[in-house]
Amino acid sequence: MTTRPTGVPHERITAAIRQTTEAGRTALVPYLTAGYPAKDQFTATVKAIATEVDVVEIGVPFSDPMADGVTIQRASHSAIAAGVSLRWILSELTNAGPFDAPLVLMSYLNPLLNFGYRELAEAAIPAGVCGFIVPDLPIEESADLRAALDARGLALIQLVTPATPPERLSMLCTASRGFIYAVTVTGITGGARELPAEVTGYLDRVRSLTRLPVCAGFGVRRAEQVQKLAPHTDGVVVGSALVEQLEAGADPVAFLRELRPL
Amino acid sequence: MGAVDVQRQAPNVERMVQLGAEVVPVKSGDRTLRAAIDEAFRDWVSDPDGSYYLLGSAVGPHPYPLLVRELQSVIGREARAQFIERTGGLPDAVFACVGGGSNAIGLFHPLVADETVDLIGIEAGGRSARLGDNSATLATGRPGVLHGSYSLLLQDDNGQVQETHSISAGLDYPGVGPEHALLQAIGRVSYESVTDDEALDALRECCRAEGILPAIESAHALAGARRWAQANAGKKVLIGLSGRGDKDMPTLSQVFAGAQKILDGAAA
Repeated sequence: MTTRPTGVPHERITAAIRQTTEAGRTALVPYLTAGYPAKDQFTATVKAIATEVDVVEIGVPFSDPMADGVTIQRASHSAIAAGVSLRWILSELTNAGPFDAPLVLMSYLNPLLNFGYRELAEAAIPAGVCGFIVPDLPIEESADLRAALDARGLALIQLVTPATPPERLSMLCTASRGFIYAVTVTGITGGARELPAEVTGYLDRVRSLTRLPVCAGFGVRRAEQVQKLAPHTDGVVVGSALVEQLEAGADPVAFLRELRPL
Repeated sequence: MGAVDVQRQAPNVERMVQLGAEVVPVKSGDRTLRAAIDEAFRDWVSDPDGSYYLLGSAVGPHPYPLLVRELQSVIGREARAQFIERTGGLPDAVFACVGGGSNAIGLFHPLVADETVDLIGIEAGGRSARLGDNSATLATGRPGVLHGSYSLLLQDDNGQVQETHSISAGLDYPGVGPEHALLQAIGRVSYESVTDDEALDALRECCRAEGILPAIESAHALAGARRWAQANAGKKVLIGLSGRGDKDMPTLSQVFAGAQKILDGAAA
C-alpha cells in the first residue's frame, strides 16, 4: 500500500506533468466520466489508468453538459441515472485511494455550488483530488470558488481556446494553477474532425505566456495526432475516445499505451 | 426547437418553415426548451464566427437577460402609457406569465418604479406541486447556475437540473430569468402559480367572452388575474396577453377534442 502523497496539491499536478516532459515524453491526461459505464468498476478503472498516465481527469456527470459532445452527454446521463453524484465520487475515491497519479475533477459549476465550496475543498484532499476544471465558470465569476480552493492549495485549472483574445489569454495563463488546458478547437468535446492546421501556432503562443505546463484537449483521439502535437504541447487530454473504449469494454490501459508510444 | 415542442406547436413551426427558416428538432435531453438551449450553445461555440446566437427568453449568460428585457420592454412602456390614457391612472395590479420570463420582464420593467402597482407573475403549476410535475421555479426552486446565469432552479440535492412539466411549451423550463429571482427576493414582484387545468379554463373563458384565442402560456396570466380579481372587486387590472393560441392547436385539439366530438356525433 502506497502512502498518501503530501505536498501542495496544485504543485503535485504540475510536478507530475513536468517529470514526464523532462524525460522527453508527452504527458497524458485521460478523462473518464465517473461511474460510467459501470458504477462498480469506477475506482478500479481509475486505479488501473493512474499507473499508466500523469494526471487523471474525472468527469462529474451533470444534467446539462453544454460543453460536451454526444459521447460524454450519453455517459453523463447514464451515470446520473445510475445514482452517481459528486458526494459518491469523493467518498469512493477516498475509500479506494491513494492513486498513482494526481486526480482532477471536471465539473460544471452547479454540482459544486450545491456541495458548498468550502466543504468541497475539504473533501477533495483525502480523495486525492488536486484540482478542478469548471468549463462554465468564467474567471470574472470565480472569486468565491478560487478562494476556497486556494485555501487548501487546490488548482482551478483555466481553459483557453483558439478564440480567446490575447489579453484574456495572458490573464487566464496567470490565474491558472496545475496546468493550462488549451482547447484545440472552437467547439465541444469529442469532435470527430481533424485538428485544425493552425493549432500548433496557437499552442506555441499559449506556451510562451506561462511557466505552467500546457495540455491540449478536445478532439484528440489517435496516436498520430499526439505525435503531431507533441513538439507544441506538454501534454494531451483524451476524453471522448477513452470513454468510447470503456463503453466498448476494451482495456483502457492498452488504449492509452498505444496513444503514447515510448 | 425541442422535438416535443415541434410537435405541440406544429402550426408555429409550419409558419417558420414557410417563411424559409430551417428548424432543427433537438432530440437530446428532455427534448424541450432547455435541451434546445443546450444544443444552441453547443452549435454556437462550435462555430463562433459563422453563428449568430440569439436567445429569445430572459435567461442565459449576461448580457442576454438584459438585452431581452430592454427589447421586450416596449410592451410595458406602451401598456403603461395607454392604460393612463384610457383610464386616467395606473393599474392596481399587472399580470404576466413566467417561464424564462421574457414577456413578464418586458411588461413589469417599466412599472417597477410605480410602487402603488402590484406586479404579479404567474408560473406553470402543471399537474401538481411535486418536483417534476410543474415548472414553478420561483415557488419551489433553489439558487443554482444553468445556461450561464445564477438564478433559481428546479434541481435535486446534487445540483442536477430536473425535468419539468407544463401543458404550455413556453413555460416548460426548469430555470427563470435572474432578474425575476431578484425582484422576488426584494419583494417587488410576487409570483404565484396556476395549474394546467386552471389555465385551460381561462383560455376557454377568454375565447367565449372576447373571441380571442390566447396562447396557453398567456392563459396562465388570465387565470391568475381572474383569481386575484375575485378577491379584489372593483380594481383595475392589466394582463399581458403575450401570445396567440393558434400555435397551440395540436394540444388544444387533444385536450378539448371538439372537432373529433362533432365527427363522432355525425357518425352516430
